[in-house]
Amino acid sequence: MKTLDSFRARIASFFHPEDLRDEMEEELRSHIAHRADDLERTGLRRDEAERRARIEFGGREKYKEEIHQAAGTHFFETLLEDLRYSLRVLLKSPGFTITAVLTLTLAIGANAVVFGVLNALVLRPLNVPEAERLFVVQHGSDVASHSYPDYLDLRQRNRSFDDVAVFAISQSGLDEGKDPTNVWEYETSGNYFDTLRIQPYLGRLFHASDEHGPNSAPYVVLSYAYWHTHFQDDRGVVGRVVRLNRHPFTVLGVAPPGFQGTVLFFASDIFVPIVNHEQLSGDKLILNARGSHWMFEMVGRLKPEVTPMQAIADLNSVDSYLKKSYPKEEGNGTYTLARPGLHGDYLNGPTRAFLTGLMLLSGLILLAACANLGSLFAARAADRSREVALRLALGSSRNRILRQLFTESVLLSLVGGVAGLVASILLLRRLSVWQPFPRFPLHVPVSPDANVYLVAVVLALVSGVLFGIVPIRQVLRANPYEIVKAGSAGAFGRRMTMRDVLLVVQIAICAVLVTSSMVAVRGLMRSMHSNFGFEPRNAMLLDTDLTTAGYSAEKVPAMQRRMIDALQAIPGVDSVGSVNYPPLEPPGTWQGLVYTDTTEDLNPSNAAAEPNMFNVSPGYFRASGTSLLAGRAFTWHDDTNAPRVAVVNREFASKILGSVPDAVGRYFKLQDGTRVRVVGLVEDGKYGNLTEAQKPAMFFPLLQSPASWTWLVVRSSRDPQGLGVAMRSVLRDIDPGMVLAIRPWSAELGGTLFPSRMATVSLGVLGLMGGMLSITGIFGMAAYSVSKRLRELGIRIALGAKRKEVLQAALGRPLRLLVFGSAAGLLLGLLATRVLSTIVYQATPRDPLVLGGVVVAMSLLGLVATWIPAQRALSVNPLILLREE
Amino acid sequence: MTDQAQLLPGTLDLLILRAVSLGPLHGYGILLRIGQISDNALLIEQGALYPGLFRLVRQGLLKASWGTSENNRRAKFYELTVAGRKRLSEETASWNRLATAIAAALSQQPEEA
Repeated sequence: MKTLDSFRARIASFFHPEDLRDEMEEELRSHIAHRADDLERTGLRRDEAERRARIEFGGREKYKEEIHQAAGTHFFETLLEDLRYSLRVLLKSPGFTITAVLTLTLAIGANAVVFGVLNALVLRPLNVPEAERLFVVQHGSDVASHSYPDYLDLRQRNRSFDDVAVFAISQSGLDEGKDPTNVWEYETSGNYFDTLRIQPYLGRLFHASDEHGPNSAPYVVLSYAYWHTHFQDDRGVVGRVVRLNRHPFTVLGVAPPGFQGTVLFFASDIFVPIVNHEQLSGDKLILNARGSHWMFEMVGRLKPEVTPMQAIADLNSVDSYLKKSYPKEEGNGTYTLARPGLHGDYLNGPTRAFLTGLMLLSGLILLAACANLGSLFAARAADRSREVALRLALGSSRNRILRQLFTESVLLSLVGGVAGLVASILLLRRLSVWQPFPRFPLHVPVSPDANVYLVAVVLALVSGVLFGIVPIRQVLRANPYEIVKAGSAGAFGRRMTMRDVLLVVQIAICAVLVTSSMVAVRGLMRSMHSNFGFEPRNAMLLDTDLTTAGYSAEKVPAMQRRMIDALQAIPGVDSVGSVNYPPLEPPGTWQGLVYTDTTEDLNPSNAAAEPNMFNVSPGYFRASGTSLLAGRAFTWHDDTNAPRVAVVNREFASKILGSVPDAVGRYFKLQDGTRVRVVGLVEDGKYGNLTEAQKPAMFFPLLQSPASWTWLVVRSSRDPQGLGVAMRSVLRDIDPGMVLAIRPWSAELGGTLFPSRMATVSLGVLGLMGGMLSITGIFGMAAYSVSKRLRELGIRIALGAKRKEVLQAALGRPLRLLVFGSAAGLLLGLLATRVLSTIVYQATPRDPLVLGGVVVAMSLLGLVATWIPAQRALSVNPLILLREE
Repeated sequence: MTDQAQLLPGTLDLLILRAVSLGPLHGYGILLRIGQISDNALLIEQGALYPGLFRLVRQGLLKASWGTSENNRRAKFYELTVAGRKRLSEETASWNRLATAIAAALSQQPEEA
């Protein structure tokens, strides 16, 4: 209580120090006046009485100081004084201040970002009540290896869980009366929300009691985010009927904000009971097929008295029963439990390892930054050794001086820390809303919370103390008489120190990063302009799934043809083609085994190759910009009544047909023995990803091998926006209930370039960090070297040394380290880019631009880092310097 | 003047509490009161009173408020809080014990010279 009171008094006096001072002043004045009154009564004149009263009172300044101490305000007074002094000192050397703050901003910001991600994905429990009792049930090495009947058996027969829920992830077209859109849905068991103990935000959620066999629960629960963006927070949505893949479903309610399912990085739009799977997919059998392991994840809430080990044993006893009863359908492997949120061990392990590694790395960066700033600080302390010595000689205590130095370093680190924190919050917010693949609701929910703020502030304080400690020994050892007498010319070590090694390593790492990021950027630029085997510019992509839109297999080809004809009629459209799945579209293309025409035994081991396979319409080659080298493209007559034909690429021709010029007219065989005649030859291209080696590819006519998934390519030089609107309205006329996704092909390729872009960006960021570290490192060393040898430099100048010689003497050592480190880094960097070339297309280190760029970058870095110390060395005035000593 | 005694460390606070226990006083009044109740036997430099007063306020033993003095001047008056009154009686008792013990020790005649 007492300490609390005194603390309150300190706080109050910190915020109103002048109040206390005024009050104290007035009280002392009142005292003296009263004393003077008494003295006046003894017969003294007023002015004489006042003079006597003041003398009797004693040393007013001394007592005032004591009063401050007694009232508990001393600490903050001193702090304020130190802060003011530090600010003045720091503002006087802006180069140092900016370097230090920027370095700390980067280093602490990096730590805050990495910790923010770690916190959100690994440390923070799932956003559901009592998340610590929730476990993902996995079978064997794969999380997603349960069939629905397996789940029902496990749920019924286990004795360890309060309840077990299951879900699968799928996509449907949602139609609320106007323009239907694709939604991602969790198809869940009825008890899903109850197992997680989730309460509705609006309306109600569905329960196990809503399920009464197949297609008995046509209900849908909206995620808060989807309700917010697509229903504009309309509370009247409850009870409304929407269509999912043309089947009516009733909206029951809205899930609470922040709940998007049990997989952190996958934001589901809606939740639907899995018993209605047949309506959503058109597949009658899969729900009851014990061999179809298509459940995405099984989540159980452990009973309070059961340990995870007991639960695993229990699950495996159920498993052995299942294996006995259904030996054919049940896979190998045993049941294990994992933490929910990151799709069990599948992502949990890698994510954890990756983030821990990153955390370690950023911690090292911060440590290196502290070491560099420490040496910068030591250089400044050396500069100020005369000032410190004078203060010591005048009776200031060493504690007081150290306290002042610490105030300075902590002030710097707090400013850097706050700046770093603000930057990291902005970055984390952007990261949270970022969706790297437009077609998939994949995101990284990493909004920062109090933990992140706390870590950033603690890191700032710790690093402030860390680099503030470096000059302490110097101050403690300082002998005021010696320094005042002799000046600051100490011996500057000639041998290789720990600090030198550290600096060379930093510079080398920085050079490696700069080299690799330049290689990556060049590769990325080249891959943007390379030949894909199609032309993404001036082409629009449209994708739709006709089966989920309710078309039966017989009706699909006719519908596709109607769509192509309708689009072709739009003014300004050059050509239209369809393909079952476009090249370079993640996650990858379809493939099929082929055999040479002479192969009799169609065993998979005898296959000639496994080329990429595309089912295309007659107009596809023209629309996609794929050049036809020989033969013909398909026509609408290449249908089921005509002989089987194909168009192949050059690689296919040379590898399987044995000849490029004579490819047209030759035959090859499919797995089922069908002979296919090659009618056309097209150029090679990229199919799976940009860095793949040249692959064979074959194209089949749409009418001979139908596909329900349809991607239409529309080539036109019209503006994409207007063209998109026109395409939508034309197709709406044919079928208003079809889901249409339309975007430019070049935008769609963003997903393909994602890995190389990511690699480039992260290398760039790391390179920036490395550069910053090297700058502070070299700056610190150069500044230290110059200030230690200022007197020597002065004498050299007085003796007539040239500027070049002075610079050489002052900066030779840090520059030698820079050259040594850069050379090592460049060599290592060139070696490292071999690895990089598997991620970034056409990344080659044998590129004069890259080599030149690295040299320029490292020289610039050296120039920036040594600029201030060099200026200082050159501006030494020997007269003043020698007089000072 | 020379027959005035130096204060022992820590005793000023006790004297202040005692002086104020008889009724609210301003700083100068406290000084006069101490002189009065100690027959002017103690030497206290006037300014030395104030750090003690601020310390006692901070410890919650005294509370202070501004008022008008008998000389018709603005002055800050101090009075005991409940905690202050309790502290005064504790300190008085312990001082008395100490004084008795020391007095006894000093008045003891050595048995052998």
